[in-house]
Amino acid sequence: MSGSQIKSLFASGHTACAGCGQSLAARLVIDAAGPNTIVANNTGCLEVFSTKYPESAWGIPWIHSLFENAAAVASGIEAALRFLEESSSKKRLRDITVIAQAGDGGTADIGLQALSGMWERGQNILSICYDNEAYENTGIQRSGLTPYDASTTTSPAGSRSFGNPRIKKPLPEIANAHGIIYVATATVGFPQDLQRKVKKAISLKGPKYLQIHVPCPLGWGYASSLTYQIARLAVQTGLYPLVEYENGVLKGVFKISPKPVEEYLKPQRRFKHIINNPEELSKIQEIANDNIKKYNLVTAAG
Amino acid sequence: MFGPIVAKPGSSRKNKTGSWRTESKPKFLQTNCIACRLCVLVCPEGCIEGLEKNSFHCDYDYCKGCGNCASICPKKDIEMVPEG
Repeated sequence: MSGSQIKSLFASGHTACAGCGQSLAARLVIDAAGPNTIVANNTGCLEVFSTKYPESAWGIPWIHSLFENAAAVASGIEAALRFLEESSSKKRLRDITVIAQAGDGGTADIGLQALSGMWERGQNILSICYDNEAYENTGIQRSGLTPYDASTTTSPAGSRSFGNPRIKKPLPEIANAHGIIYVATATVGFPQDLQRKVKKAISLKGPKYLQIHVPCPLGWGYASSLTYQIARLAVQTGLYPLVEYENGVLKGVFKISPKPVEEYLKPQRRFKHIINNPEELSKIQEIANDNIKKYNLVTAAG
Repeated sequence: MFGPIVAKPGSSRKNKTGSWRTESKPKFLQTNCIACRLCVLVCPEGCIEGLEKNSFHCDYDYCKGCGNCASICPKKDIEMVPEG
C-alpha cells in the first residue's frame, strides 16, 4: 500500500519491538497533545527507538539531551517561551504545550531531581512517565517502579530470591507532595481514557504529572499480541489503579470489578517463579487489595 | 560529535519495518467490521487506517505482526495468517 493517508505526529518506521506498549502510548499522547507541542525526552527506550540517527519518528520539535535532564531542558524551553511571550506580541506562544517525557527509570530514579525542581518551580509543563517497570532498553534492570516480586536481570528470581524485594515507588504521591495542579495515572489498555487525561492536563496551567502503564513484551516475557490485554488486566486486578488528582484532591478513580491477580501475573515470564507459590501470590493480592481499599476502586454493590 | 544533531520530522518512515515479521500477519476480513477504530488506536506502528465499516487495512511495509489488532477486534474481523 502506498500513498498512505495516515496522519500521526509519531510516524511508522520506528524501531520498537513488535507489540511495544511504549510506542503505542507515545503515539496516543502526541496525537492528543497536537502539533503545537515541544517535547524534551530523557534517555530510554523511547528516545532510542524513535530517533535512530539520522531519522526521527516525531512530527513536532523534539529534543534529547541526557538521561537525567529532560525536566531541566523542558524548564529552559518553557522559560524561553515565557520570556518571548512577555517581550513580544506573539500571543500564539502562549498556546505552545511543553512536555517532558521519560521512561520509569528516567522519571523515578535518574531524572527525579530535575523533575522535582521543575514541579517545585511551578512551571507550565506536562511531565509524562512511560512506566514499563524496568530499565528495558539496557537489558531489563530493576528500577524504582519495578513491582514487587518481578524478576529482572538485577533482581533475578532464584533459590534465595523471589525477584524484586521492594514495592513500587509511589511516584504519583511524590508528585502530589509537591502540590502540583494535576496528577494522574493512565494505561494503554484504556486508550480513550489516556487521551482524555492528556488533553485535561494540557488544559490546566502549571506543572502536571501523568504516569502511563506501558507493557513490554520483551522485558515482561509475554506474547506480543497481549500488550493491550495485559495493560487492562493490571487495572482490573487493582494492581495499577487509574486515579486522577487535582491540586492534591482525588477527583476520579476508574472503578473495577476486581479479578484475581493471578490473571495478570500468569502470562508474564517475570512472575513465573511465584505463580505456584501461594504465599508470594497472597502478598501481591494484598497489594491489590490495599489499592482497592485506598482508592475505593470497587463499584458499589447493586 | 559536535553540536546538535537534527533529523527531519517523520523521517523514520524510511525504515520499512514490515520486514521484521517472522510468523504471521494480520488479515482484515472486512466483513463484520463496525468501524470502532480500536485496531487503529492499539497499533504500535500506527499503520492501520480506514474510515467506513469494512474499509480498514494496514500497511504491510511497516506492520511488525505483533497481533494486537487481531486480539482486540470485538468482531473477530481481523485474523493472524501465516506469513508468506
